[in-house]
Amino acid sequence: MTETEQPFLHIDQVSMTFSLPNGASIEALKDVSLTLAEGELMSVLGPSGCGKTTLLNIIAGFLAPTSGQVVLNGNQVTGPGPERGMVFQQGALFEWMSVRKNVGFGPAMKGVSAAETRDIVDGLLETVGLHDFGEKAVYELSGGMQQRVALARCLANDPDVILMDEPLGALDALTREKMQGLVLKLWKETGKTIILITHSVEEALLLGERLLVMAPRPGRIHKEYRLPFADMGVDADLREVKKHTDYEPMREEILSMIWEMEEEIMGKKE
Amino acid sequence: MLILAIYVSIFVAAYVIYNTVAGGMRSRDGYNARKTVTFGDESAVTPNRAASIISVISIFLIWGAFTGSTLTPVHVPGPFIGDTSFTYTATNAQNQTADATVYVRVRPISDTFTKPELGKQTQTGFAKDDAMKVGAWRSGLLRAQNNDEGGKIKGYRVTAIDGQPIAPKQSVEVTDGVVNMTAKGSLSFVPYQGWQMEPIWLPAPEAVVRRLIEISRDGYQNVTLLENVGWSLFRVIMGFVLGSLVGIPLGYAMGLNNWFRGWFDPIVEFMRPIPPLALIPLIIIWFGIWEKGKISLLFLAALWIMTISARAGVSGVNITKVHAAYSLGASKFQLLTRVIIPNSLPEIFTGARVAMGVCWGTVVAAELVAAEKGAGKMIIAASKFQQTDIVIMGIILIGIIGYGIDILMRKAEDVLVPWKGKS
Repeated sequence: MTETEQPFLHIDQVSMTFSLPNGASIEALKDVSLTLAEGELMSVLGPSGCGKTTLLNIIAGFLAPTSGQVVLNGNQVTGPGPERGMVFQQGALFEWMSVRKNVGFGPAMKGVSAAETRDIVDGLLETVGLHDFGEKAVYELSGGMQQRVALARCLANDPDVILMDEPLGALDALTREKMQGLVLKLWKETGKTIILITHSVEEALLLGERLLVMAPRPGRIHKEYRLPFADMGVDADLREVKKHTDYEPMREEILSMIWEMEEEIMGKKE
Repeated sequence: MLILAIYVSIFVAAYVIYNTVAGGMRSRDGYNARKTVTFGDESAVTPNRAASIISVISIFLIWGAFTGSTLTPVHVPGPFIGDTSFTYTATNAQNQTADATVYVRVRPISDTFTKPELGKQTQTGFAKDDAMKVGAWRSGLLRAQNNDEGGKIKGYRVTAIDGQPIAPKQSVEVTDGVVNMTAKGSLSFVPYQGWQMEPIWLPAPEAVVRRLIEISRDGYQNVTLLENVGWSLFRVIMGFVLGSLVGIPLGYAMGLNNWFRGWFDPIVEFMRPIPPLALIPLIIIWFGIWEKGKISLLFLAALWIMTISARAGVSGVNITKVHAAYSLGASKFQLLTRVIIPNSLPEIFTGARVAMGVCWGTVVAAELVAAEKGAGKMIIAASKFQQTDIVIMGIILIGIIGYGIDILMRKAEDVLVPWKGKS
């Protein structure tokens, strides 16, 4: 394989087994393989316990897989690093810092000069629509605004991949819809590679150029889709996208797929 | 019991009066005013400031009323002060009876005063009138037989007081007091004591204020008030600062490292429940009774509290914040200084408030044991001379300073960790 043929992000036969204190073990992930090209937007969907968060933590470098490896730009992932940005559901902002300081955290860690950091932060605050909130404390902001800060903070580091762990899960429906639009806008404007984990089928459809459905026990890739909706959503209103003729059947198909998995889990338990 | 009953009735009366007077003019616009469910709603219960003011005033009123203070208009009955008299009937060896009057003068014991003049001569027979002086709240022994003719002869005895028969170990109530007869037949007069407290038990509020002014001007036992309080504060701050300097890094180490955690856990958990006061004897043996001993004691009092709060501060950091910081490229050192330390500050402040409170309590107790200067030393020295006003003044001062320290710490907290409780 030559340098140019190497995939941008390669998840290679990753397995993860947790051993429990009682001696049993759980296969959170089994032989998961996946490649992503630069600039792809992939959403990951699956019933609880399918290992999607474990997969994200492995890519982020917070967990070392039992076997297999993750390779980004030819470098094996061994720990967390600034080239893989994270956006968490909530609670990951630093309350003791202003919005500006939060967004500028990454550049400050790298030792970027104050003036340069200021420019980066100003630009990003503008992008996420918080230019008037730079000096506010983060705890004064609403949940949606806090997630805007989290997105801006992640982008300030100019990461190669952005990993989102249910970033909009704690928001109310209206804010969530707005933020979905923002995520699409950022994706298009920055051209970043994004992996987004979600519980919401709608969100996965709208925010996934590729949609990965995972299955539990052991955690594995069940099915993958290529969807047109994310590209449509970049220019059109998301509500318009939902009116597309393919949208509704696709939603039904994935919903029933996940329902079946959930019922299977319940059946196994009894 | 009486004081408790009075206090409860003031409480009830103030509540009833406040509600009838203020009930009509209370604002109905506030958010809480529109709530229909307030009983059980914690947020609807705020301290009623009127109640706080009445509470403090009523404590001073009761204090004043029971000490005969000039500041309060109403007093409970005080001890009898003035001149009074009673008569006695004696029987001599020949079985003759005779009457005589005892003139009594009662004054506060702090006054110097003389026995009263004998009034109009009412004595009959062999009995002779007597005069005596008694201090308020005290009793006076009366040797009626001393000046009576034949009083020293066996068979002489007093048989009645104010016409009421009396025998050994019995008492007769007279105007303004009680006459007791001892087992041996001599009389003692106890003037009416009233409900008020003797200054030696509880001085009036103004006496305490007067002492405060006097001592802050002249000092007590050649030590000024400022010096006394200053030394106590100095010890507290020294102990607290030293305890924090050791305790906070130790707590961080325990929160971040398995080996430190395992090594110090048994020590910290063992030392934590030991009240610092229980260490005083050992500290005295090891470090002596002077500054070294006291500051070591306060150091130990603050140390474990600060260690535990720093440890809790580190353990309390949300793992997503740590992950986020590492994902943003933070090194371990940057994580410690930019995330873990700021994140633990609210916990450390809570610990600091507790530690300052414990240190303040401990320093006073340590000074009670031994000190040359200090708030605790001042009150223990005053108590040895029964200078209750200084003792009470000292206690109030200690309370106010302790309260002041806590308020200062809370203000500092508001300024330095405004994000507390807002994550």
